[in-house]
Amino acid sequence: MAQTLYDPAIALSRFGLGASEQGAGEQGVSAIGDAQAVLLSEIAQGPPQPQGLAATPDLLAQVFAYQKEKRLARQAANAHDPNGPQKPGRDDNPVRPAVLAEMSARFDGTVTSPVIGFNERMTQFWANHFAVSTKKNQELAVSAGAFEREAIRPHVFGRFSDLLLAVETHPAMLLYLDNATSIGPDSPAASKGKSKDGAKRGLNENLAREIMELHTLGVGSGYTQTDVTTFAKVITGWSVARDNDRAAASGTFVFRAYAHEPGAQTILGKRYAEGGMEQGKAVLLDLARHPATAQHIATQLARYFVADDPPPELVTHLRETFIRTDGDLAEVSRALIASPESWSPQRVKMRSPLEYCCALIRASGVSPKPQAIEAALNAMGQPLWQPAGPNGFPDTVAAWNSPEGMATRMDVANSFADMLARRRPNADARALAQSLFGSQLSDATATAVARAETQSQGLALLFMSPEFMRR
Amino acid sequence: MLNRRHLIAGLGATAAFGGAIPALARASGARDPRLVVIVLRGAMDGLSAVPPVGDPDFSALRGAFPQGGDVKLNATFSLHPSLANFARQYQAGQALVVHAVASPYRDRSHFDGQDVLESGMTAPGHTESGWLNRALLALPGAQRANPKGLGIGGVTPLIIRGQAPVLGWAPSSLKPADADLPGRLQMLYGESDPMLAQTLKEAIDTGRIIGPNSMAGSYGGPGDPKTMEAMAQGAAKLLAQDDGPRIAALAFEGWDTHATEPQRLARQLQGLDAAYAAFETALGPVWKDTAILTVTEFGRTAAVNGTNGTDHGTATVALLTGGAVKGGRVISDWPGLKPAQLYQNRDLAPTTDLRSVAKGLLAGFYDIPESALAKDVFPDSATAKPMQGLIA
Repeated sequence: MAQTLYDPAIALSRFGLGASEQGAGEQGVSAIGDAQAVLLSEIAQGPPQPQGLAATPDLLAQVFAYQKEKRLARQAANAHDPNGPQKPGRDDNPVRPAVLAEMSARFDGTVTSPVIGFNERMTQFWANHFAVSTKKNQELAVSAGAFEREAIRPHVFGRFSDLLLAVETHPAMLLYLDNATSIGPDSPAASKGKSKDGAKRGLNENLAREIMELHTLGVGSGYTQTDVTTFAKVITGWSVARDNDRAAASGTFVFRAYAHEPGAQTILGKRYAEGGMEQGKAVLLDLARHPATAQHIATQLARYFVADDPPPELVTHLRETFIRTDGDLAEVSRALIASPESWSPQRVKMRSPLEYCCALIRASGVSPKPQAIEAALNAMGQPLWQPAGPNGFPDTVAAWNSPEGMATRMDVANSFADMLARRRPNADARALAQSLFGSQLSDATATAVARAETQSQGLALLFMSPEFMRR
Repeated sequence: MLNRRHLIAGLGATAAFGGAIPALARASGARDPRLVVIVLRGAMDGLSAVPPVGDPDFSALRGAFPQGGDVKLNATFSLHPSLANFARQYQAGQALVVHAVASPYRDRSHFDGQDVLESGMTAPGHTESGWLNRALLALPGAQRANPKGLGIGGVTPLIIRGQAPVLGWAPSSLKPADADLPGRLQMLYGESDPMLAQTLKEAIDTGRIIGPNSMAGSYGGPGDPKTMEAMAQGAAKLLAQDDGPRIAALAFEGWDTHATEPQRLARQLQGLDAAYAAFETALGPVWKDTAILTVTEFGRTAAVNGTNGTDHGTATVALLTGGAVKGGRVISDWPGLKPAQLYQNRDLAPTTDLRSVAKGLLAGFYDIPESALAKDVFPDSATAKPMQGLIA
């Protein structure tokens, strides 16, 4: 195993986004040099931050304004008022341009700019760990990318408790898991009775449950239904400001004291005194420090990067590092890459469609339109920021190794081979195989590529080879 | 620059009159030739396309392949039954076969073989320009007035890439699809990744991926016979225009028949034959001024292999058809098929240099000096003399 520790080709496929033929200078594996140094510098620098994109309050304000326009137009139409406001056109909908801009900032930006991409892979890991879905409604569709930029990226190599607090107070998460409208049963808001539409408003446990089950402790780690319900009461009032809010600017986090459940609460045997928003922050801090959380995060990280059934000694090492450093994710990341167990030469993981797409973009050096990348991700079954539920996309081999997935990957591989052949008609698939896989290029793949009938067939074989499908 | 701008403006004026003003090249009553080169990527088996049924050693080598239905060309050679239009053109004296022909390349890599075939160099690694493009540059002034290059397909074939401007065109139905890929992946996964091999097998068994033994085709890729016909039709329409291009290159894929060759080659040759018919029909009145040369990077083994196919070889055929071709004959210095007569005891031996055919065609159509053909178009080819009398 010693000779594969910090092997640049393994660093690129297991911890990174794949070898890159983008831009000038050294290409492929040979661009790496000292893989350990590059990985450490990516941890030190943090993930790349997309520039020039609107912040969540602006994006939500645009959606609120659009929805209001539509509402007014509908009211005017219902009242048969010919001078009333007209229905806004499709071009006025702010969602689609925002989504495309977010995609471009990733696939023609943060995905292509890092040397190895450990920082970006970590971003993808945490964005999926704290999954939101653009499918929920227009508010989520417009802000899922901003959520990843604002709540995830700054904390990927920071302290887990800071990451957790940033995520659970972000408008996208509060809207996605319905906490924005959750009301304490004994709060002033509840005593005012029914809401405008007549529905009885009250407690919503959704976010509290998923924080415990998915974000921190993990399922089956010992918390009870009472803990969930109590925690839900603790975070009542954590909400998102709308136009008519006087307390905060539209589209920002707001703590609504009048919706907050009053009184002290007991969770996992510990009593939390009444303290407004501070009560919930105190619970989050304790959840972040809980040993079950350390075990949960350590297992997920090792499974995501190394193996579906990760080596127990690796999980133990990550868990202990997490506990010892009070959830310092830079230290946990350094422990992950310093463990010999992480560098097994066997490629036992399969690239997820998102990872596969990133690897294709870097390997081919082409920059497809965001619409084309979106279509490819949809076809392969991993639409960006659109998992079926708050548990995010699976990351096991069994989840992605399917006949359907193989068929769609072949279509996508063919498309990228075609795009590359058009962009660089002189591309030689044999040289590219060597450049991309370095020490990891197998004789079988080298031979298959060399025997291809055409260059684009050779490229498609390269993109479908075990070295490219797995990591 | 002033002169060139002037010339461009003049050409524009000609086009604006809808071709009512005769193009320069035809003002003298000279022929306005159309030259098409079709590259078959994958190494087309010349011994199946134009089988030497009269050679006493042929049936021992190729007995495993079904015979019959072939069109007799002469005492030695027949024509594959898929090539019905080519046979008709042959009988009309417009098509000919050059047999036991090869480029200077003697190894057996498709990539390198195609490089040499298309670059016109003597060794691989020169992929910056192709010989058809350098032929465009070498045309004398009067013939350069109109001829423009035309590259058909998603990627312009190397053979016509280079300094001379080249139009590009592809059928809108052309898709990046490759019928041969699943079979090759099966081999690769079979050697190196049992899990992916099993998944691919399930994908093929359930029809999600079209398997290598299916006759369903490559759905719109450059190896799909329907696409070959569409590419030919599109090229011919452009070549037929008064102010259109005059020298075109196409590339058809899917000729690497390592397994089940009889079925696969029959299908591919039908596509090629349909392309010949499409050219003839769509070129209409200018078919008489047309020559279509079909070439491939190398041939295949003389003997059938263990999977009812053939492996990479050396010499093969070049097919030439068109109203301007002096056809109705097979040109061959036949090397024979006895073991000692085969190249390295396995392949049909090359007795004709493919560059001689190409140079003969260029010399027959254009006033390019032989020195330019031997130096600029095909560097280091002085020993490969232009073949005489290809053009009627």
